[in-house]
Amino acid sequence: MDKFNRLDGLVVPLDRANVDTDAIIPKQFLKAINRSGFGPNLFDSWRYLDTGEPGMDNSQRPLNEDFILNKTRYQGAQILLARDNFGCGSSREHAPWALLDHGIRVVIAPSFGDIFYSNSLKNGLLPIRLPAEAMDRLFAQTLAHDGYRLTIDLADSSVTTPSGDRFGFDIDPFSRHCLLNGLDEIGLTLQHAEAIRAFEARHRQAQPWLFL
Amino acid sequence: MPRLPAMAQTPRTLYDKLFDSHVVHRQDDGTVLLYIDRHLVHEVTSPQAFEGLRMAGRKPWNMNSVMSTADHNTPTRDWDRGIEDPVSRLQVDTLDSNIRHFGARAYFPFRSREQGIVHVIGPEQGFTLPGTTLVCGDSHTSTHGALAALAFGIGTSEVEHVLATQTLVQKKAKSMRVHVTGQLGAGVTSKDIVLALIGRIGTAGGTGYAIEFDGSAIRALSVEARMTLCNMAIEAGARAGMVAVDDTTIDYVRGRPYAPGPELWEAAVACWRTLVSDPGAAFDATVELDGNAIEPQVTWGTSPQMVVPVSGRVPDPADEADAVRREGMERALKYMGLRANTRIQDIAIDKVFIGSCTNSRIEDLRAAAAVARGRKVAGSVRLAMVVPGSGLVKAQAEAEGLHEVFLAAGFEWREPGCSMCLGMNDDRLSAGERCASTSNRNFEGRQGAGGRTHLVSPAMAAAAAVTGRFIDVRTLA
Ligand code: SF4
Repeated sequence: MDKFNRLDGLVVPLDRANVDTDAIIPKQFLKAINRSGFGPNLFDSWRYLDTGEPGMDNSQRPLNEDFILNKTRYQGAQILLARDNFGCGSSREHAPWALLDHGIRVVIAPSFGDIFYSNSLKNGLLPIRLPAEAMDRLFAQTLAHDGYRLTIDLADSSVTTPSGDRFGFDIDPFSRHCLLNGLDEIGLTLQHAEAIRAFEARHRQAQPWLFL
Repeated sequence: MPRLPAMAQTPRTLYDKLFDSHVVHRQDDGTVLLYIDRHLVHEVTSPQAFEGLRMAGRKPWNMNSVMSTADHNTPTRDWDRGIEDPVSRLQVDTLDSNIRHFGARAYFPFRSREQGIVHVIGPEQGFTLPGTTLVCGDSHTSTHGALAALAFGIGTSEVEHVLATQTLVQKKAKSMRVHVTGQLGAGVTSKDIVLALIGRIGTAGGTGYAIEFDGSAIRALSVEARMTLCNMAIEAGARAGMVAVDDTTIDYVRGRPYAPGPELWEAAVACWRTLVSDPGAAFDATVELDGNAIEPQVTWGTSPQMVVPVSGRVPDPADEADAVRREGMERALKYMGLRANTRIQDIAIDKVFIGSCTNSRIEDLRAAAAVARGRKVAGSVRLAMVVPGSGLVKAQAEAEGLHEVFLAAGFEWREPGCSMCLGMNDDRLSAGERCASTSNRNFEGRQGAGGRTHLVSPAMAAAAAVTGRFIDVRTLA
């Protein structure tokens, strides 16, 4: 998992509530064998005018020019604004995979689907909860200013606007620690590599037939 | 250091012994890092795990702990044509290239002689050993507990975690003892025990528990039959099922390809002999079943807990006081196309599936063949198929002439794999088709959209094939 410390990034405003994981990445793409490569199919049914199937050349598909992620001014955005209950629905880990693959590192919304929220943290995508009034201001400013950027500082858990407005957010200390240090569960477990090796050596001595 | 005699004397369950002996590290929040000895890898739940390793630039901890095969997507006939569905083929090819890249202690690719369902080949190869922790990205990993192993299914992120660290972060489960007294009657099998158990405690009855099966009826079972039992522990809600070591276990393991050889055999056996619950060990829950009273079972609904003895009738939702349960029963009857109070023996079937990691071992095929011998599949049955659990099971059955019995009776004799257990390949039920199946799940659409599954033992499935309806196999003899 990539470390997350500070990000100064372009913002894209997705002004919808209850964006479910099937909208984030439709089910026909779950047969894939990769964890990467879902980016072109992020929000597939909103982004394109035709129906997406695995194996299509996405660069040849008709784009829905009205969809916010397709607008030129938002290309390269790393911060997604959304409304209530973002990521509700199924437990597919493909949803954070698709957002990350597209280049999104932060989603800011008033609330999130539970499983999506924890799946995101496991994968290095930072979900930030801000109150509705703060969200309203961020949406308005993003729409009003071309190239609008936000600064996210995880160490002090804050979102700062170009004009210097600062919003604090809550995140549990353990998750913050993991993100700051780029530790996924595997990374954390590997901090005990010595203990695992020591256990293994004893185990090998006691039951050598397991290590043939 | 002073000795702690009180601690040393506390009687422990088999589960305690298996779990405690694999604890690498205890964390403050009560979770532990549990060392994993054995890892089975198949094509469906492994690709993202291997990719995760690559993306993080991590090396697997010990691929010598891995045995791998392709089973879920593989066809069961016309093997010379390869895998025709491109999506399935890609998953199988991906497993191939991952194993070629990372290695494995043993790999049985599509069309190799030893290929088969992961849960059949692990024990068959002697890769599943008593006293081990064993995982696989598949819920029916509980099967391997039949050999006194701590075996359970995991998700894709955990597959990656085990590949990278040889451990899992776990919390200890509660323990349940399922004590089956007496002896099973002729024609009654371990499938009937476990279906009767699920009928009694429900599909959530074992949630949060690791189940140990014991008692005289269990001791009398072969290891194959114990696997059927542990296989369906997951259908009772338990992540793991297990049976303590006895002579039957040791005799089963002896001489298998990946079992300890003569130099280490005695030491291994001495270690395995300790894998029993101590007298007086405390369980968090106990369920008693009378083995003498168990009849052949048939499920009637869309959950394994919707089960009755073959002598019974489809229950009437009107008799159910609880509104939620009543609604569930009504929905199930509608999906299954059944009326309340119908005699089970009056239900006619369209297809028969003998296979799956629950019931596709040599003993299962022998039991089915004994019923099929000298009889014919009923004219009303569209398809009766036998899918051996592995290439070695198939070869053994052919050496015993069982395939001839099946073919003469009108069954199809297929190549090994998961097949119609979940229908990821071409073997599926069509909408409305009713199937007597030896598999483990009768959920809506499990064997094909709209398909209607009745779970039974292999002998009961064969009996249904030759009569075209459910019948008590004991009355056929
Ligand atoms: S036979 Fe069925 S239950 Fe067993 S591993 Fe295959 S699909 Fe899963």
